[in-house]
Parts: sequence; C-alpha cells; structure tokens
Amino acid sequence: MLKIEGLTAEVEGKPILKGIDLTVPTGEVHAVMGPNGSGKSTLAYVLAGREGYAVTGGSVTWDGRDLLALEPEERAAAGLFLAFQYPVELPGVGNATFLRTALNAIRRARGEPELDAMQFLRLARERLRALSMPEEMLKRSVNVGFSGGEKKRNEILQMALLRPRLAVLDETDSGLDIDALRIVADGVNAMRGPDFTALVITHYQRLLDHIVPDRVHVLVDGRIVRSGGPELARELEREGYAALQAQAA
Amino acid sequence: MNLVTHAKGAAGFLHRFEGLRERLPGARLPWLAALRDEAAEAFRAQGFPTRRVEAWKYTDLQPVAAAGFDEPLTPVDDALDLPPARAGARAVFVDGRFRADLSSLDGLPFAAGALAQRLDALAGRLGALARPAEEPMAALNTMLFEDGLLLELPEGADGGVLELLSLATASERPAAFHPRHLIRLGRGARLTLIEAATAPEGARYLHNPVFEIELAEGARLTHGRLQEEAARAFQLATVYARVAAGATYDNFTLNAGGRLVRNEIHVALVGPRAACHMNGAQLLAGEQHADTTTALEHAAPSCTSRQTYNTVLMGRSRGVFQGRILVRQAAQKTDGYQMNRALLLSPEAEMDSKPQLEIYADDVKCSHGATVGELDPEQVFYLRSRGIPEGRARAMLVEAFLHEAVEGVTDEPLRRALDAAVAGWWARQEEGLAA
Ligand SMILES: Nc1ncnc2c1ncn2[C@@H]1O[C@H](COP(=O)(O)OP(=O)(O)O)[C@@H](O)[C@H]1O
Ligand SMILES: [Mg+2]
Repeated sequence: MLKIEGLTAEVEGKPILKGIDLTVPTGEVHAVMGPNGSGKSTLAYVLAGREGYAVTGGSVTWDGRDLLALEPEERAAAGLFLAFQYPVELPGVGNATFLRTALNAIRRARGEPELDAMQFLRLARERLRALSMPEEMLKRSVNVGFSGGEKKRNEILQMALLRPRLAVLDETDSGLDIDALRIVADGVNAMRGPDFTALVITHYQRLLDHIVPDRVHVLVDGRIVRSGGPELARELEREGYAALQAQAA
Repeated sequence: MNLVTHAKGAAGFLHRFEGLRERLPGARLPWLAALRDEAAEAFRAQGFPTRRVEAWKYTDLQPVAAAGFDEPLTPVDDALDLPPARAGARAVFVDGRFRADLSSLDGLPFAAGALAQRLDALAGRLGALARPAEEPMAALNTMLFEDGLLLELPEGADGGVLELLSLATASERPAAFHPRHLIRLGRGARLTLIEAATAPEGARYLHNPVFEIELAEGARLTHGRLQEEAARAFQLATVYARVAAGATYDNFTLNAGGRLVRNEIHVALVGPRAACHMNGAQLLAGEQHADTTTALEHAAPSCTSRQTYNTVLMGRSRGVFQGRILVRQAAQKTDGYQMNRALLLSPEAEMDSKPQLEIYADDVKCSHGATVGELDPEQVFYLRSRGIPEGRARAMLVEAFLHEAVEGVTDEPLRRALDAAVAGWWARQEEGLAA
C-alpha cells in the first residue's frame, strides 16, 4: 500500500505541494488528474527522490517503509518505477547497456542472480515484441534521436523489464498517437494484478479509456480537491477543471 | 672535446648542441648542418616560451625549463618490458633511438626504418614542413634530433597497420630525447599508424617528437597517438601534415599520461577535396596538465575538416584546447567543424579553451563550439531512478562522454587500442576513487 499523508514540498523555495493525502491499496491503479502546473510532476519527482524537490512536511510510506528516507536507487530496488514525463537523453549510453545495468542493479538489490548479456538479450527481445517495438531500439543511445512517442514507449519498455511493484506514470500518454497510446496502455494493463500498484498521472481522460482506474483524484494547486470512481474522469473531460480551480482558489 | 651531457633550461640545451654539433647524425651533410644551425638560432632567440607568448598563454613550460636533463644512456640489450604489440609491424624506439633488435619491420611492402641511416637521401624533405622559427619546440627538436622513423609508401601501396612504440627507460637522471619522424605516402597509398608512448612508472624525461607528414593525391593516413607517458614525464609533440588533393589525414590523439603534455598539430589542406579529421580525448587527473593545440589551414577549395576533442578532468588537473582554423581566400566551399567539450569532475580542475576562426573566403561553412560542464544532475537522477547506484551512474556518464570522443574512429585496430586505453584509465581512476 502506498500511503501519502500531509505531504508538502517546495521547489527553489516555492511551495508546490500543499498537503497531499492519498492512499493507494496494493493491487489498485489510481489516476491523478489536474491542470498544468498543479504539481503532478512535482509529486512524481518527490516520490522518486529527485534532488531539489524538498519535502517540508508529511510522510510517504510504501508497504510500511518510509519511502522518503531512501535514496532514489533504493526506492527503485524497493519496487518503485517512475515513467518520466520528459524522458532524459543519455548520449553515448547504449540503450541495451542502460537497461541491463538497471535490471541487474535491481536484481542484485533483491538478491536475485544477474543476467548475462545473452540472457538479457533474450528477455529484452521478448519484451520488445510484446510492445511492438523494433529491436534496433536497443542499439541506439538512450532516448537520443527518439521521437516523442518512442521515448514514451522506451519508458514502458523499461517498466516491462524492471517489473516494478509500484509504478508512477507521469503523462505517459501525452504526445502519443492512438496506436502508441494503445501499446502503452496494453503494457500497463499486462502488469496489472494483485501485486502491481500504480499511480497514473494524466492531463486527459483519453488514457483512462484504456487503463481503467480504480479511483481518480484531482490535483489542483498542490492539493487533492476531489476523489471518485472512474466516472469522475469523464465528468472532468466534459466540464473541465475550471469549476474545481475556482473552488480551490 | 667539450662533452655536455647535462642540460638545464634553454641555455643548457644550446650548450649541449654546441658540444655535440660535430657528432650529431648527418653532421657532415651541409644542408642538415645549416638546418640545425638555423634551428639553434631560432631556439636561442625564443628559448622555452613563457606564457607571454600568445601560443603558450595557457601552458607554462617553466617546469620543463627548470628541470635538468641528461642525454639518454647508450642503449644496451637489456630486458625491456615491451607492451603487447598492437599490430604485426612495429618500430620500437627506446629513449628516442631506433632499436632494430626490438622492431619487426621485415617483409613490409614499403620502406620503414631508422631515419638516421638515410639522412643523405632526405635533403629538401627533412625540414620541409617544420617551422623552427615559429615553434620553439620544433627548433629544439631540429637542433638535437638523433633519429626517428622514416616511412615511405609508394603510389598505391596499402601499408596496413604499423605500430610506432616510443619507450622511455627509468634512469637516475631525467633524459631528454627529440625524435624526428618523417612520413610520406605516395598517391593513393594508405596506412594506419598507431603511435604509443609509454614508460615505467616513475620515469622522468622529456619526449619532444616532431612529425613531418606528406600525403600525396588520394592518400590516406590514419594516425593514432596513444600518449600514456609516465606520470612525471613531459611530452611536447608537434605534428606537421600537408595533405594534397583528395587525400585524408586522420589524427586521433589520446592524452592520458604525463605530467605536462602538449599535443600540437599543424595541418595544411593544399589540394581540392582534401580532408582532415582531428579528434582526441584528454583524460586528466591529479596535477596533470595537457594542452591540445591545433592549427588547420584550408588553402584549397572544397576541403573538409572535422575536429572533436573531449576532455575529462579530475583532481587539480588542467586542460587546454586551442583550435585555429584559417580559411584562405582560395578555399571556397570549405566545410569546417570544430567541437571541444570538457567534463569537470572536480571543483579544483580547470579547462581553458580558445577557438579561433580566420576566414578570408566567402563561400564557406565553418562552425565551432565549446562546452565546459559538470555531469548533468538530471541524467544522474534518471539512471539512479532505474536502480543504478550513484557511483555507477556517474561512471556510466563519464564513460559515455569518453566513448563519444572515440566513437568517430572507424579504423578497427586503432579503435580497439583506444577503447582499451580509455577503459584502463577509467578503471584506474575508479580504483583511486574507491580507495
Ligand atoms: N525545477 C523547477 N524549478 C522551478 N519551478 C518548478 C520546477 N518544477 C516545477 N516548478 C513549478 O512547480 C509548479 C508545478 O509544476 P509541475 O509539478 O511540473 O506541474 P504539472 O506536472 O502538474 O504540470 C509549476 O508552477 C512550476 O512552474
Ligand atoms: Mg507535469
């Protein structure tokens, strides 16, 4: 279970998260929706432990563990995965090397044996096929020269390989055409099960047609202002955030 | 005879020259004696340049001028520790002297051997490119060189891969040696030359090589320079290359060793469609100082030049890049590119870079850029968020930066040698960091 209580955080001295309370029971997929600038990515970065995103109050626990006390790599080893809204380019770092290093780091942390190059390649090929991605993606530098859609799919490929127990997807749907969107959604849905928990951050309801969430939360100006079932997403799509923003102000 | 074996400062080297003048190789060849005398005059006039000299603004030769150097000892057939060969053919120089007993040059389809044996045939060629009046280290070399590698590839010859190994020995007193290498490729000839300079740890010496390289029409020379001198050594190298129409000079220099190093390259593209690629990596730690200075002259139309230099700096090291591109009026349709990047891994490391473009033609594509920075925290975080520990994440990004410099090298044997050298250097640094 992911439990966020009274979480406040600031960036460069500016308060962004202003008291977030959010609980995601293990095995559920929750959506976080909200207008631009409401703090969705900030929440994602705080969960992943990015430097410069200073927690000023509250707590986050994952299966009873204090997530905020862990280094980013320790959070990954504990099962957390963040799909970045803007995946980072790593010139000169081969995608295959990157993926294998990450996978083996996490396997090592979990006490599992590391995969050699051949074993890794077999696994990576299988995951690529499942995501309808070309094998040459492994040979390129991480995200360098990738189209927007390729970058997002590369995030999903990483997730499919690292098999997190807690995934935070930050606007993984933005900039995708309908086919790519379906591939991404299928990738997430394939992981769903009693041991997979996810926070799906999105600006639009579109993705939630494909990944149907258990709950929807609306984030406005650093606070969750409403929570509800999947129908809340459709309501927001119809009526927009304006009413909620006015309420929050 | 006044035998001067110890030299200190410019005066010391000049004094040595006076003492050796009559006994230097080729002393009885009037053209060579004149060349040496002129060089001595030039060196007397300039001495070791100070930082007030524009070309030496960022590199202080004071430590070289202040050190005393002896003549290398007479070679003996001792058990030398040679690094494993990088190619089938190998020319070995120990303390600047050719060692036939350690070299393997038999059966080559071209002339390769000791320059000192062939000086009588080199009138008008030796010294055709070097400019002692402008470059004081070339003056010092011209004045005192005793030997070097002579390579002559006839028209159309494929020379394959040849290694030029320069080994310094550790002796009580630091030695200075000034090899003069002369390379000529005939029309359409090709060769990969892998030059490696190294020495046992702790050796102290000055290695002051000068290369004169002439490439005829359509020839192609890939020149890899692996500078892995001993930690307390000085290497001040000057390369001159003249590239004719349609010919290509490819230079990749790895500066990884030495206490104070200068890699100075002068290339003139003198025929249409000549090309030059000058790339390199400088890997610096501790108190090291490494300077790459390039001077590229586009003298003919439609020539291409590409330069990429990446420098990684740790500890209190200092890196320098000076890159001058001169495009003469005749050099229309010049395509020139220069990039120089530095990665500072320590707050005490420093990088100076000075690009300089002088363009006298109007139809020219010429660009340059320079970046100096630390590791990108966003990249480090991205890797860590995937479970990769911080140390490994940083190492991966440094490796990528180094890889980027080497990746343009298409020649397989050279690429392997460079990859091994870079990986070895980084492994040693990581060990140092872990310790
Ligand atoms: N690195 C940063 N530096 C300064 N301000 C930031 C930074 N990241 C986010 N912000 C500010 O925090 C607020 C929330 O941003 P963000 O979390 O990216 O919102 P969302 O993802 O919901 O669009 C915005 O006002 C934004 O300008
Ligand atoms: Mg965002």
